[in-house]
Amino acid sequence: MAKKISILIVDDEESVRDSLYNWFIEDGYRVECAENANRALSILESDSFDIILADIKMPGMDGLEMLRRIKLLKSDSIVIVMTAFATVDTAVQALKDGAFDYVTKPFDPDDLSHLIRNASKQITLVEENENLKKKVVSLENVEDLIGKSEAIKVVLKDIESVAQSNSSVVISGESGTGKELVAKAIHSNSPRKFFPLVSVHCGALTESLLESELFGHEKGAFTGAMYNRKGRFEMADNGTIFLDEIATISMKMQIDLLRVLESKKFIRVGGNKEISSDFRVICATNRDLKGMVEKGIFREDLYYRLNVVNIHVPPLRERIDDIPLLVEYFIKKYCTSMNRPPVTIDSAALNRLEEFNFPGNVRELENMIERAIVVGNGKKISLKDLPLEKTLMTNSIESLDDLEKLHILQILNKYNWNISRAAKALQVDRVTLYNKISKYSLKHGD
Amino acid sequence: MEINITLISFGYFEEYFLKNVAEAVKLEFHASVNIKEGHLDLSEFYDPVRRQYNGVKLLKEVDILFGSKDTKTLGLFSVDLFIPILTYIYGQAYLNGRTGIASLYRLSNERYGMNSNDKLIIDRFIKEAIHELGHTLGLIHCHIPSCVMRSSTYVEDIDQKSANICLKCHNEMKSILTGGS
Repeated sequence: MAKKISILIVDDEESVRDSLYNWFIEDGYRVECAENANRALSILESDSFDIILADIKMPGMDGLEMLRRIKLLKSDSIVIVMTAFATVDTAVQALKDGAFDYVTKPFDPDDLSHLIRNASKQITLVEENENLKKKVVSLENVEDLIGKSEAIKVVLKDIESVAQSNSSVVISGESGTGKELVAKAIHSNSPRKFFPLVSVHCGALTESLLESELFGHEKGAFTGAMYNRKGRFEMADNGTIFLDEIATISMKMQIDLLRVLESKKFIRVGGNKEISSDFRVICATNRDLKGMVEKGIFREDLYYRLNVVNIHVPPLRERIDDIPLLVEYFIKKYCTSMNRPPVTIDSAALNRLEEFNFPGNVRELENMIERAIVVGNGKKISLKDLPLEKTLMTNSIESLDDLEKLHILQILNKYNWNISRAAKALQVDRVTLYNKISKYSLKHGD
Repeated sequence: MEINITLISFGYFEEYFLKNVAEAVKLEFHASVNIKEGHLDLSEFYDPVRRQYNGVKLLKEVDILFGSKDTKTLGLFSVDLFIPILTYIYGQAYLNGRTGIASLYRLSNERYGMNSNDKLIIDRFIKEAIHELGHTLGLIHCHIPSCVMRSSTYVEDIDQKSANICLKCHNEMKSILTGGS
């Protein structure tokens, strides 16, 4: 036997306890006995057993009630219930309440061996499963979070350190920086990874819709509520709930949310039954939550409840080094999804992307690459395939001089104000460049 | 360390039968074996509903009345034994204790509609006796198919195994007897 299986026998009849005890001891199991349910529960508080063999009919708390309580203490306990008076109802009830099996006393020695063998097999499977999960966790990576810049390395380190915990996380950052990807990465590296990651875009829903979405509703709770519906908190049981644009929720919703976060219990809209759910909360916002607290438009208690850990995702302009990698990633992604041969990008186009400000961050870059693959020649992405010219034109710049000034400044910044290299890139001589700098009063650091 | 074993027969057993069992037990455990006759009012242990004899109570009684400190005692019966949780048993013993019981009742071929076979019934009973005495010497069930300490649910299971303790169990027993574990 690889591992000594432990068995707790719960029966009010001494002779039953003794006979089972002797039988299992001879098989090499670790065995303990309890004469009633209360004694069994007290033993289980300080010791754990692989298998609990319990009688249904006992004075005081019966076996079914004990089964429910054991399941609350340890949901994966293997409980086998025994009775001398078998009825279909009790058997069904026991199995519904989570019993592993149900047997009628007395049973054949062979049945007992089968029963324990099956339970042992289940224990082995659960252990193997746990071990495999641990192995998978160590292999997990964050493929969608592309980059090798220092800024993204900090984010990845934050994800790694927070993933294994149960703490609430607020992910801050401008729109399009990949906050949802960070949430996914945290979830997929956490012990909750085999349960759902449920996303809710709070900003897209009105207060009443958000309430129904988060807490669910009972049939007839409001016009159109034709069926009972589970809320997102309920769906996220054992998993993670991702609340995007958390800063947009109303004050009333903030109170409701705070209550749920504190108790992990809630009531469906129009319902009266309290529902429990074990979830982890990850929020995202592109606004300054702390500033909102100071202005009194976001509850301080909720802020501290949510902001146990903060991960800031930097804007793309602060991680220019990652642009080539991101471009390569998006090219591969869209060529594959559009079933096209892989394309490349010419250096001029890539240089231009690196100079660009990207107010829409990674999302904007992704859209640009997708568009370039659609409209391009299918071999190489060039400047004309990128909507950068249009973007520049749509800025507030109207005059040619302003455009020239901005372009010269961008090139100078790109080459760290190395006049020779900037002049070469602009295809003008150094004197001309000095004249332009003087003309537009350009200064290092503009 | 020498092992002392006492076989106590309750009810009628042929003399040659008991001698065969005693001889096999002696050889297997290198023990000194005594055969005695015991008397018990078995009606106290009879369960009229199940029409069987309560093995748990019987084992307790044998232990109280016939158990002795430096001897392993095995009560030999020819009645149908049960324990409250199981429909039947061939025998039972206190693990690392001083007493065990074994019954002949379910070992005969005739009970299963086959021709009687005296040799087979002695072989089966020898295996049961050694098995229960093995428990009193601290051995638990063994997974090696040929080992006498392998658990047997049906007579066919008893026939499958040998009357000998495997090397692993033998070493285990030695270690228990010398206080190694």
